[in-house]
Amino acid sequence: MGNKTALHAMHLAMGAKLVDFGGWDMPLNYGSQVEEHHQVRTDAGMFDVSHMTVVDVTGPDAREYLRLLLANDVARLKQKGKALYSAMLNEQGGVIDDLIVYLMTDSEVVGEGYRLVVNCATREKDLRWMSERAAKMDVALTEQPELAMIAIQGPTAIEKAKSVLSPYRQALIDELDVFQGHESEGWFIARTGYTGEDGLEIMLPEDEAAGFWQQLAEAGVKPCGLGARDTLRLEAGMNLYGQDMDENVTPLVSNMAWTVAWEPQDRSFVGRAALEAEKVQGPAYKLVGLVMESRGVLRAHQRVITAEGQEGEITSGSFSPTLGYSVALARLPITQSDTAEVDMRGKQVCVKIVRPPFVRNGKKVYS
Amino acid sequence: MSSIPAELKYVASHEWIRDEGDGTFTIGVTDHAQDLLGDVVFVELPEVGDELAAGDDAGVVESVKAASDIYAPLTGEVIAINEDLEDAPELVNSDPYGDGWFFRIRISDPAELDDLLDADGYAEHCESES
Repeated sequence: MGNKTALHAMHLAMGAKLVDFGGWDMPLNYGSQVEEHHQVRTDAGMFDVSHMTVVDVTGPDAREYLRLLLANDVARLKQKGKALYSAMLNEQGGVIDDLIVYLMTDSEVVGEGYRLVVNCATREKDLRWMSERAAKMDVALTEQPELAMIAIQGPTAIEKAKSVLSPYRQALIDELDVFQGHESEGWFIARTGYTGEDGLEIMLPEDEAAGFWQQLAEAGVKPCGLGARDTLRLEAGMNLYGQDMDENVTPLVSNMAWTVAWEPQDRSFVGRAALEAEKVQGPAYKLVGLVMESRGVLRAHQRVITAEGQEGEITSGSFSPTLGYSVALARLPITQSDTAEVDMRGKQVCVKIVRPPFVRNGKKVYS
Repeated sequence: MSSIPAELKYVASHEWIRDEGDGTFTIGVTDHAQDLLGDVVFVELPEVGDELAAGDDAGVVESVKAASDIYAPLTGEVIAINEDLEDAPELVNSDPYGDGWFFRIRISDPAELDDLLDADGYAEHCESES
């Protein structure tokens, strides 16, 4: 048996089908992942994401450390609670992990504090890499394994979450910008997510998690599993680590160039030299969206042939419940065409190449 | 535990077979199979008039999770297909032994019926796979 989150008993009581995910027993669905998907696009759903790894970075060198460690620049975080999405790279520019980093203190404070949320499947190598990089600096890395995390997502998610929280926390949520979080008596409430909908991700002490989950359920927030989480993030054009990018590819060929902070030019983050060389040469590949409006479902690892006759591969593919047909992310050699052929179980099928995302806030957005 | 109706016959590839009593047999996938597949989003069926041999590919079920082949459990001619699955593939999940049926064939080799599993035999088979 794998690790269990603080919500494990709740999942069983609510009829979850559990699967192993990075060593954790996590809900795949509570019946139908397609229904759960629609629930998040049209109303509100909640996900147990307690398996994710939370690491606090503190100390006088915290800021300089993260400016070295991450491809995005934490110096851009000017306001307490604001967050950045970033890749953590190796010297070759390969993606060790993708993460969210929050500024936890007022920016004028000496010895700023940050909170990182990294993937659970990469926990050990991330922590090892981070400790090695911290060796000569005055920073402390503190994992926070006692925190549970619940993502509440969908057009009515914030309203429904507020309905079960204190007036103080309601007011705090009203003040949150997108990609910002605030602490409140041991809770950390952030307006972030992985679904393409508005919503919150709340970190809270494990012993309070089941009670809060129950209250949310009573307020009409339906439990959703990893199955729906995957189709929601795919429609939203968000990468999944280990599938759409890993240590063998750079952000420039992973639709993550926007997360690389090139300025200021004298910030020498890990992997910078490799990315600059790749940029000068021009990346050979690109992570694109694929759309197949005919019947069938695009799947990860299917071969894609560009109009120029070169080969690429689907990195994530599924049925899009919102659109009613299949969409995928694929890493293709640079192509001038807006169509390509996918080898689907021996048949060549023509698909459209688009720019992700496919769906945002419940609506089709690609063209 | 998934449901395995006693009046049906089964094959190891998770199709069920119902004897219609007139030399025709209705075929679908079992409750256990639909549970493994997860939400079904497309079903590709044979065409009426197709001649199938036992073990032939007879179509594909695509779920959010995976594509899996449907096999003809018996030799014969396809005489009907469930056209409702075109617009409502989720019937395979909600009613696998009823409205979620796939196709019906007129069999040409009754001796093949002896090779089918009964409910107990199929239950044992599922057990051995888990």
